[in-house]
Amino acid sequence: MALDLKGKKVIIIGDRDGVPAPAIEEAVKSAGAEVIFSATECFV
Amino acid sequence: MLPVIKGAAYCLFHGPDLVMVSGTTYRTERIQNPNSDYIKAVPSRLRKFQDVVGYLPNQVYIGNIWPEDMPKYTRPWYENLIPDAKPQGPFGELVPQNLLYGVLKLADSFDLVVLEKDFQERIKPEMVATGLFQEQDFAKWKEGASLEAIQKEIETAHAEPLNLDGQLVGCVRRAHELDPALQAEVMLENLLAKATAVWTVRRFLKNTGFDPKEIEYIIETTEEACGDMNQRGGGNFAKSIGELCGLVNATGSDIRSFCAGPAHGMMAAAALVQTGVFKNVLVVGGGSGPKLGMNSRDHVKKGMPILEDMLGTFAIVVGENDGVNPVIRTEFIGRHKIGTGATPQAVMEALVAEPLARAGLKFGDVDRYAPELQNPEITEPAGAGNVPLANHKMIAALAVMKGQVPKAEMEAFVQAHGVPGYAPTQGHIPSGVPFVGYAREGILNGKYKRVMIIGKGSLFLGRLTNLFDGISFIIEPNIKETKPEGIDEEAIRSLVANTLRKVAEELKG
Repeated sequence: MALDLKGKKVIIIGDRDGVPAPAIEEAVKSAGAEVIFSATECFV
Repeated sequence: MLPVIKGAAYCLFHGPDLVMVSGTTYRTERIQNPNSDYIKAVPSRLRKFQDVVGYLPNQVYIGNIWPEDMPKYTRPWYENLIPDAKPQGPFGELVPQNLLYGVLKLADSFDLVVLEKDFQERIKPEMVATGLFQEQDFAKWKEGASLEAIQKEIETAHAEPLNLDGQLVGCVRRAHELDPALQAEVMLENLLAKATAVWTVRRFLKNTGFDPKEIEYIIETTEEACGDMNQRGGGNFAKSIGELCGLVNATGSDIRSFCAGPAHGMMAAAALVQTGVFKNVLVVGGGSGPKLGMNSRDHVKKGMPILEDMLGTFAIVVGENDGVNPVIRTEFIGRHKIGTGATPQAVMEALVAEPLARAGLKFGDVDRYAPELQNPEITEPAGAGNVPLANHKMIAALAVMKGQVPKAEMEAFVQAHGVPGYAPTQGHIPSGVPFVGYAREGILNGKYKRVMIIGKGSLFLGRLTNLFDGISFIIEPNIKETKPEGIDEEAIRSLVANTLRKVAEELKG
């Protein structure tokens, strides 16, 4: 399923040992989304 | 000469009641939603000591069952307890909560830990019976308090309660009326880190027979901050621990880098020893009270017991090369650089691929990779997945990308070179360092020829930077450095000196 992120506002919660927030941020920005909050969480 | 790992000790401390006192998940929920289903359910989901003794990951932590044997045991491990399991193991022990309160009292230098008088008298002989404490350790203990007096401290002076099976047996008082860094909650957290480390260092000394006077430096590597409001992280946990373990010839300091702290500590210890600054350096980490029950909301929701009820600790001595113990290859330290980036691929490239390439090694040349070793039974229900497995898959994927492992063999590579997770989610505790003891044993008995320890840290949690962190190091067998026969070092030195003198004279003129 293709996700059209162009012009969308995005909240990012990254995972420390998965995909961290800065990496997701780069990806969604390149797809035209506006990042309004971005943080990586850690529960370990 | 390369520094060696002289020995390691690992202990876990059972703190079920502390989940509701020191654990941040419970504390924040109690403030926001004191009547929630979670708050009501927690007391009935806490484990008894016999359940944590029979719990597979805890048995692995203290050295009774090798990590690679874990897949033989049926999950869920909390429902399939090991019959006749013992709380003692070759690396250390599982300590019940009453004795945890005992060592908490012992670690208190400012009359902040108050125990009920009968309880206090009851635990003294039990502590002596462990062989780690003597009568003189209790010489400074005043008579315990009445329950009424303890209750009053909690109700009127913001003391934190110490409960045993839900019954009040003591409290921890604040160290200052106004200073937020010295409130009872913080003092309990710091005293837990100190006290549990003291126990494990004493266990190390007893198990190994290591002379405490031979330790010259202590590096403490938890994630706690000790200080007052003018220097909240001033320190120094290290010396406060050494003081109670007879390390009279040591000084020390605290190294911090979130979960990567112990890996930084091991690297610093190795450097101090190799350069001859100190002969023996102790690297130590006590337990984290705030992380007790960290994912318990999900455990309760899924009908599980609260598995994050153990405070984890370790004590490792890095010393001068003795020709026997495994060495730390200080030439091939892996580091996450500021410019490395945050993607999992970039992190593992920096921590694993780069040092291996520098050492002229292939991925398959390392028998075991020990990155984050969290117990998956804790993290999976909370949606964090199997953290060690995710790390091992990334290492295997890098090996495939570099053409060193065929893609079809990725899974087999993970099985053959990974280490299953068994450590409690205590931040700095699972970060590679629990496997140092097994690495040492495995290398000494010929099971492994090379192990890589990988510590990773979440610096972004401090809200000063978005950066990640990590340090890795390789442990290998000790190969005695032998001098070729017939070479006289003195003669060579004299030959070189004469040649240099000759060259200098010719240059002069």
